Amino acid sequence: MSDRGYPDAVADEFPPPPTAFTDREDREIEIRPYEGDDEVRESLVEMYDAFDPADRAQGIPPGGEERIREWLDAILGGDCYNVIAWCGDDAAGHATLVPDGDAYELAIFVHQEYQRAGIGTHLIRGLLGHGQANDVEKVWLTVERWNRAAVSLYKKIGFETSDAESFELEMGLRLNADEASAAESGESAAADEPDGDQ
Amino acid sequence: MKVLCGIGGSDDSFRALDRTVERAAVANDDLTIAVVDNEDSSVSPDEVVERAEAAVDEVEIDAEVRRVEGDPGSRLVEIAETEAFEEIVLGGGHTSPMGKITIGSIAEFVLLNAKTSVTLVR
Repeated sequence: MSDRGYPDAVADEFPPPPTAFTDREDREIEIRPYEGDDEVRESLVEMYDAFDPADRAQGIPPGGEERIREWLDAILGGDCYNVIAWCGDDAAGHATLVPDGDAYELAIFVHQEYQRAGIGTHLIRGLLGHGQANDVEKVWLTVERWNRAAVSLYKKIGFETSDAESFELEMGLRLNADEASAAESGESAAADEPDGDQ
Repeated sequence: MKVLCGIGGSDDSFRALDRTVERAAVANDDLTIAVVDNEDSSVSPDEVVERAEAAVDEVEIDAEVRRVEGDPGSRLVEIAETEAFEEIVLGGGHTSPMGKITIGSIAEFVLLNAKTSVTLVR
């Protein structure tokens, strides 16, 4: 893809998972990173297999178990960062960073039973905290222009619009200073680890 | 049917090319392939013309491959109107590393402004 735009300023520090909170429906939710566990992968297959087709965005998640598995194989790979929101043993939501050159593409999904309860905000903050802790510098995403709830969530987090010329808005966020500018200001990006909330 | 297929060198535009050429051979479409400027494409227009000519030769149909300069979306719509095309065919969108499909500004312009039907090839 062509060059993408990112804000000059580095984003706030986000809490690295694991984190836990009570959602607006009084459910205990835990955010944990995905670490290659097969059972966890099966929970995600189950979540996406039951995903409301009305909540698909730009072709994902795909429909049908076989295509869901193929898609998960691609985004749960070793060079991707994934976090999952758990309600007991059920996956309630999932967010992912997939490498794309020197940046990462972000996507987030919350199962319909768990939407509008504040889980998305915790989940994306957890993913970005996980990315920050792993020295991810730049994150981009696309979102359908009419998806106001998602666009306002991304703006609240600190994403800025970098391309508004077609159906999808493209937005960017700078998670860590890039190596060149960190060296310039005499800081080490690696030594500057976020403290996190909990 | 009189079909105008617009391609600029992206992966999805080549899929649209192959599918449209195959279909034209079966359906006996009167096909014109317009090679447009796509600034996001890494393939040069000359190479795109070569790919299109090779695809046409392979199925032995009589289709025109035409280089179209200027703003791609508006030129395609204009050609379709002035030359009485019945359908415009375009690539079905770019797929990101995540698997998300994005429809570019060329396709959006054509979808909103064309008077013909528009096919996006997946």
